[in-house]
Amino acid sequence: MARAVVSESSLEADQVDERIKAALIDATDLETKELNDRLRDLMLSGVKKVKIINVCGQRYIGTRLYTPERLKMEIEIFGTPGNDLAAFLYGHKITVHGNAQDGVGNTMDGGEIIVEGRAGDVLGFSMRGGEIYVRDNCGYRTALHMKEYEGKRPVLVVGSSSQDFLGEYMAGGIVILLDLYGQTHKANFIGTGMHGGVIYLRGHVEPSQVGGQVEISPIDDADRAVLDRYVSRFVERFPEIGKSKEEILNSQFVRLTPKSKRPYSKLYAY
Amino acid sequence: MKSFVFPEFQIIRDEEKCGQCRGCERQCAFGTHTYDPVADRLISEDYKCAGCQRCVVFCPKNAIVVRPTPSFYRPNASWSREKLEDLKKQAETGGVILTGCGNDKPFRIYWDHIVLNAAQVTNPSIDPLREPMELRTFLGAKPDLMDISAKEGDIEIKTTLSPNLMVETPILFSAMSYGAISYNAFRSLATAACKSGTYFNTGEGGLPREMRAEFGRCAIVQVASGRFGIDAEYLNCAQAVEIKVGQGAKPGIGGHLPGEKVSAAVAQTRMIPAGTDAISPAPHHDIYSIEDLSMLIYALKEATNYEKPISVKIAAVHNFAAIASGIVRAGADIIAIDGLRGGTGAAPKAIRDNVGIPIELAISSLDRRLRGEGIRNRCSIIAAGGIRCSSDVIKAIALGADAVYIGSAALIAMGCTLCQKCYTGKCNWGICTQDPRLSGRLNVEIASERLSNLISAWSHEISEMLGGMGINALESLRGNRDHLRGVGLHEWELDVLGIKGAGE
Repeated sequence: MARAVVSESSLEADQVDERIKAALIDATDLETKELNDRLRDLMLSGVKKVKIINVCGQRYIGTRLYTPERLKMEIEIFGTPGNDLAAFLYGHKITVHGNAQDGVGNTMDGGEIIVEGRAGDVLGFSMRGGEIYVRDNCGYRTALHMKEYEGKRPVLVVGSSSQDFLGEYMAGGIVILLDLYGQTHKANFIGTGMHGGVIYLRGHVEPSQVGGQVEISPIDDADRAVLDRYVSRFVERFPEIGKSKEEILNSQFVRLTPKSKRPYSKLYAY
Repeated sequence: MKSFVFPEFQIIRDEEKCGQCRGCERQCAFGTHTYDPVADRLISEDYKCAGCQRCVVFCPKNAIVVRPTPSFYRPNASWSREKLEDLKKQAETGGVILTGCGNDKPFRIYWDHIVLNAAQVTNPSIDPLREPMELRTFLGAKPDLMDISAKEGDIEIKTTLSPNLMVETPILFSAMSYGAISYNAFRSLATAACKSGTYFNTGEGGLPREMRAEFGRCAIVQVASGRFGIDAEYLNCAQAVEIKVGQGAKPGIGGHLPGEKVSAAVAQTRMIPAGTDAISPAPHHDIYSIEDLSMLIYALKEATNYEKPISVKIAAVHNFAAIASGIVRAGADIIAIDGLRGGTGAAPKAIRDNVGIPIELAISSLDRRLRGEGIRNRCSIIAAGGIRCSSDVIKAIALGADAVYIGSAALIAMGCTLCQKCYTGKCNWGICTQDPRLSGRLNVEIASERLSNLISAWSHEISEMLGGMGINALESLRGNRDHLRGVGLHEWELDVLGIKGAGE
């Protein structure tokens, strides 16, 4: 098994700059496990920043980076990472210079993911903490069963919109869909079974598109503050969209919240 | 609305014996007994009684008897009393009938139609008091071939081995979550598992942080559709990770831990806000195929640095053996199958009583299927759902299981009487409740001792039965159906079980 080591001998494949503790991995011909072995070894040897080039479908990048000491790493991905990118992510930062596939941030606990492109289905599934920024679109089942707890409140900001089943069973967290490219929100079954958290949609949504447990309301000043904060972060991360925060915020937003914390409390006979 | 259902139980109090100590009043969380100061006597309201027998056991004067009510509807083979009453309740509420514990209907219990072999004359039996008996079991994938080298008597294994769970006796505690059961009950299971060299399963309610360092070494942690309480530390502190797909008591459906049971501590462990419904969707919404399951299995292997076996728990249903074959090929190291009689803290009665197949048939068909495909070594089988005694365990192993999970049996050891009111959260025995007044009744030290005693008693009995068959290692009995014979079974049943009729 190929193992990356921070030493002279590995400089060809993994160029390590000791001064900034940064490393480069060329993922060409690397299997998922090999790539993640190298990432883990680099983290354990004290490397704080890694660039991975020529990524093509390797899964679970960032998943195997748990240590009891909570070591942190910044990973830049060039290419297209495979499914379950950053699943169970434990506080690391991952930037994808390209598109991502399904399952980004699955059951993520903390950290940040930036996708300079689009993400696939089940984005942010059961995510409990951290932030995800996706420049373009995302697929079906986005932010399913996202939840929050004590200080942890996950945030997902998507530049355009999502497909169906957005925020199903949502139990916490903040989802913001900006519809920047004029495609309008076409998703159906939004927030079915929702019992916590909030979804902000820039533009408009028909009542027929949302689940029976969801209330649609206009935003107030508190919502504006939340939007201001995360839209500025979004714009900072994606200057290439060529839009200012004010431009984005200066338009209509709607807020989707659950009608109840107990959507199924009347279902049973005792 | 006036209820047309009459009480299930009749409470008879011997006024001669009753000392008006009001113990029964304090014991009953359902409010069955109340003290009337004017008459200086205790009044019992039959309507409220769950039949859990707590007041009977704790009455210092033995003055109380709780028995099924003698009242009856006109006997009718089609319209049993249960059918009538469930229907009335639904007419009164419009709700789904909830229940707890396992299927209580008279489906055939195959354990009671299977007899074990014993050695006579030609193959002498072994005395377990004198001879070492090997009950130790390793759960996880085994290699197809073992490459070894011997140098001057030292044997070295060259094949890379998959991580396995070592269990001293083939009995593990089934998944019961903190939230469904009380903290004390949960901690009792953990304590007993560590003491007895076996494992407890956290269920999907997470593992309280303060328990991780001490009890992680005997914990199997679950990842279910609700993904409650899961972070990398939770996954890594345990010895194995189990993906829960299905449960014998309610195959195909999810679960709702009602907001009343989500106390501050439960909320913290599940990592959700207090007071909200904890909803586990019916499927995992990131698993719609075997390929998706494989993705989660490998995500968990990655998250745990390939150091822990990954188990997948499914309910035994009609074509489950083919699905299980897919699960093994998807990379699971352990398959846990849960049969028709598996228990639960809450399930719709219609599902509990009608969905799934008996575990005895399931074990046999799964073992045979995997053997037939030549992949039996790639996973271990843990059988669950309806294991009541040591002979059930040994029969399960002879039918092809590697080990068993016990749930109801463990709860009974702690005091449960299977009153089936788990979903009310008012368990008078302190097991299935989050009310501190009730859960405080369960003493962790005593309850864990009762559990350890049970494991130890069953292990002794298993050794005895093994020795009686002339076998000194459980490994030699695994899937060894020749040691089983059926009594009073149909041809098709013998075929599915893969055993001969008695006398053959």
